[in-house]
Amino acid sequence: MVCASGCDSRPATLPATLKILVAGGFGAGKTTFVGAVSEIDPLCTEELLSGLGEGADPVDGVETKKTTTVALDFGRITLDERHVLYLFGTPGQERFWFLWEELCAGALGAVVLADTRRLADCFPAVDFFERRGIGFVVAVNEFDGAHRYTAEEVRAAVGLGPRVPVVRCDARLTSSGTGALAALVHHLLTTRSAHPAKTSDPGEPP
Amino acid sequence: NQGDGAGHAVTERHSGPRHAPVHGERRAAQPVIFFYLLSLVSATGVRPSTPLGAEHILALRLCAGAPAVTVAEVAGQLRLPAGVVKVLLSDLMEHGAVMAQAPRFPGGETGSFAADDQTLLRAVLDGLRKRL
Repeated sequence: MVCASGCDSRPATLPATLKILVAGGFGAGKTTFVGAVSEIDPLCTEELLSGLGEGADPVDGVETKKTTTVALDFGRITLDERHVLYLFGTPGQERFWFLWEELCAGALGAVVLADTRRLADCFPAVDFFERRGIGFVVAVNEFDGAHRYTAEEVRAAVGLGPRVPVVRCDARLTSSGTGALAALVHHLLTTRSAHPAKTSDPGEPP
Repeated sequence: NQGDGAGHAVTERHSGPRHAPVHGERRAAQPVIFFYLLSLVSATGVRPSTPLGAEHILALRLCAGAPAVTVAEVAGQLRLPAGVVKVLLSDLMEHGAVMAQAPRFPGGETGSFAADDQTLLRAVLDGLRKRL
């Protein structure tokens, strides 16, 4: 850590970094959702992300390690002086699955946005989080003019387990999006056991 | 296939930085110091001894405008790719003008949460509900 003497009065330990992913198929409303709940103007951050193919979802003829430039929606919610929530809207296309590895590191959980007109588009995200044991809720973004399905109909169509919450959401509304985030955190609280877990600290290389 | 931005993604090699040259850049554009997207950067109050480029000054100003700011936010505000911003911040850090702290994520890699993280989740839930 480069720091001139007497340079800063911040506490030595910052609060935990709280990250929630907003995933879903293309056009499911991720950018809208992040923009609605974020206290800052929605930002789009372009980042070079690299992924290591772990043998999962191999693609013939494609290198297992690669770097891709990708745009991420970024938002922030300051809950109080010690708790700041960061949101990343993640690329929805299935071919970018490998990017999620990096984004998922340390994430609390995920909101998977589903568009009932194209429900299958959220399958890759659901599969991804299920396989990795990352807690998620499915938020059905209720587009104007789309048929309203019941939560159980969506659950059956997506093949969700009984414990994964399905919530309704209007991604344009702050309160609705915030409600979906609250449903996620409530889900994490009720499903995660209090196993002692190793603290993951990537550390800042010198 | 647009809107997500990811539709325009270009697969490329590590060795080929393709971002625009940054004014005042002295060397190959690889940050000396490693930053995460959620690394928290704050200004130290130390003024760099050598003149900085316009982008450096803008980045430093953003860092000085808040107790701490994430790399992702600096990149978004400056409308520069995060890779470029990491180079800028790395330069500023070498000058002692900013300091950075890596994100400290709760929970382990297993996905389960420690007991104190349950308290953390409860605080997050309370905070979210207050906003409803």
